[in-house]
Amino acid sequence: MSQDASGSASAEKGLEGAASGVASFEDERPSLLRRVQHFFHQNPTMIPAIIFVVAIAVFGAVTSGRFFAPLNLSLILTQVTIIALLGTAQTLVIVTAGIDLSVGAIMVLSSIVMGKLAVDYGVPAPIALLAGMLCGLLCGAANGLLVTRLRLPPFIVTLGTWSIFGALVTLVSNAATIRKADIQANAPLLLQMGDRISLGAGPSGSAAGGPFLMYGSILMLGVAVVIWYMLSRTAFGRHVYAIGDDPNAARLAGIRVNRTLVMVYTLAGLLCGIAAWVLIGRVGAVSPLGNQTANLDAITAVVIGGTSLFGGRGSIVGTLFGALIVGVFDSGLSLTGVDPLWRQLTTGALIIIAVSIDQWIRRISS
Amino acid sequence: MTQPVLEARGLTKRYGRVVALDQADFELLPNEVLGVIGANGAGKSTLIKALCGAVIPDSGEILLEGKPVHFKSPLEARQAGIETVYQDLALSPALSIADNMFLGREIRKPGIVGDVFRRLDRTKMQKLARDALSDLGLLTIQNINQAVETLSGGQRQGVAVARAAAFGSRVIIMDEPTAALGVKESRRVLDLMGRLKAKGLPIVLISHNMPHVFEVADRIHIHRLGRRIAVINPKDFSMSDAVAIMTGAMKPPETLAAA
Repeated sequence: MSQDASGSASAEKGLEGAASGVASFEDERPSLLRRVQHFFHQNPTMIPAIIFVVAIAVFGAVTSGRFFAPLNLSLILTQVTIIALLGTAQTLVIVTAGIDLSVGAIMVLSSIVMGKLAVDYGVPAPIALLAGMLCGLLCGAANGLLVTRLRLPPFIVTLGTWSIFGALVTLVSNAATIRKADIQANAPLLLQMGDRISLGAGPSGSAAGGPFLMYGSILMLGVAVVIWYMLSRTAFGRHVYAIGDDPNAARLAGIRVNRTLVMVYTLAGLLCGIAAWVLIGRVGAVSPLGNQTANLDAITAVVIGGTSLFGGRGSIVGTLFGALIVGVFDSGLSLTGVDPLWRQLTTGALIIIAVSIDQWIRRISS
Repeated sequence: MTQPVLEARGLTKRYGRVVALDQADFELLPNEVLGVIGANGAGKSTLIKALCGAVIPDSGEILLEGKPVHFKSPLEARQAGIETVYQDLALSPALSIADNMFLGREIRKPGIVGDVFRRLDRTKMQKLARDALSDLGLLTIQNINQAVETLSGGQRQGVAVARAAAFGSRVIIMDEPTAALGVKESRRVLDLMGRLKAKGLPIVLISHNMPHVFEVADRIHIHRLGRRIAVINPKDFSMSDAVAIMTGAMKPPETLAAA
């Protein structure tokens, strides 16, 4: 052997007496801040959970308990139902480091398909509902195929399909709203998700003004549980996270990246189709108008819920908290009589805070 | 002559007008550590990628234990028992050690829970992951559910090597395993390779680090201009000779050049 080898050996002589554990950890006590960072790194859902608890505590105190009135809580849950559903779809996509700007448009388009078929064409309501959901699924699949086959950035693809689906909404609906009376006469099932289960008497003694639970909220929670299970308990879920984390590593680990991505966008589209059913009940009509910012509201819920826009981390539970936090701030601030502009401003601040925290937690490895 | 575990004959791969592999041969014998060295751009990365399924050669054949194989993806190579430790490790930073080790080949719970509801068997995977790490003396990584990004470079390397060792049944390919590591961590990885070899697994080591290659390799494959120009025994040649052959400053030894 040559001198080079002995050179290397002599350099390594310095290792004698060094710690011999292959992967031992530093024993130095980390600073408090560092430990807090570590805690949130391991329990990312804790941040929105804490914000949520603090927010309801503060609003409860400021409004001297009016915030906690059963009716108010019912209203908050009702108000966030659709955003939570779209947020669930959005979470799937964002965890893969993608984004879906078309969720709101898919939802409205699916609702138009449901209403048109059931009311104008006399298709049985259950079939019209399935057709609407299928429409959502196909829209999502189109997004997924464009992202994977044409290798376009998800932002660009869904910016385009947002416009396209939006135009289809106007084309299919002829810009006309299907009124509640017509739906009720032809296909009351379409309004089902807006119906309320009374949970107690209101101030007048009757069910009016009392706490309630909307069917759509139950559906939303059911959907959230299913998606939570898929993300956290199945191999599919692990793959979704791995792709968002590092697509090349995922590919080398043998994950079929494109197939999984198409499944994610398709599933997101289907969830938007399910949200369409809730939308009809909630609005009480099938309208091509409105929900222009539903996509941004969904992204807001996801981001405030601690899901990283850079992919690879986040959770459905966080998104539910995120949607609830927005609902709680809206409700709490309006109860305290603050100008609605301040609500908008608060939401904006929350988004920036949430993303800053995410960035800080990500820096843990360095 | 012993049958090579992994063999390649006349591999050619072109990228446009660039010939990355030019009729390259390769031969890995049972229970050996084969060093692969070559200047940047010599085509050794392409050669290794062809062997582990990441690149499909234009022509030539690859034989695994004498039988021709045609890998279309890294997954197929893995299923055939060839595990690769990539230079950038191919780990998912946000996932746990256990999740990373089983990424792409998760174990599901038995019965309906696994078959219909696709539920993962976390307990089993964690146990197997812990076993794989302790097998290689890496048990000091205590929390198997820790995210990989919280580990140091050497620890990550340990996870990647343990993953390869746990699943590689025939060949382990290590691409620059010490490039990103400090002196201490490099030593650990070289020790790990010794332990893998003791388990009877042949290893392909691609590295620019001559002392490391000369220390652990039984034979050294020298790659130059897209082809194998020599296979040398590190006991018969000095490092400067190897570098000279690699760069073309010295003619490869006649007998071995034909090998």
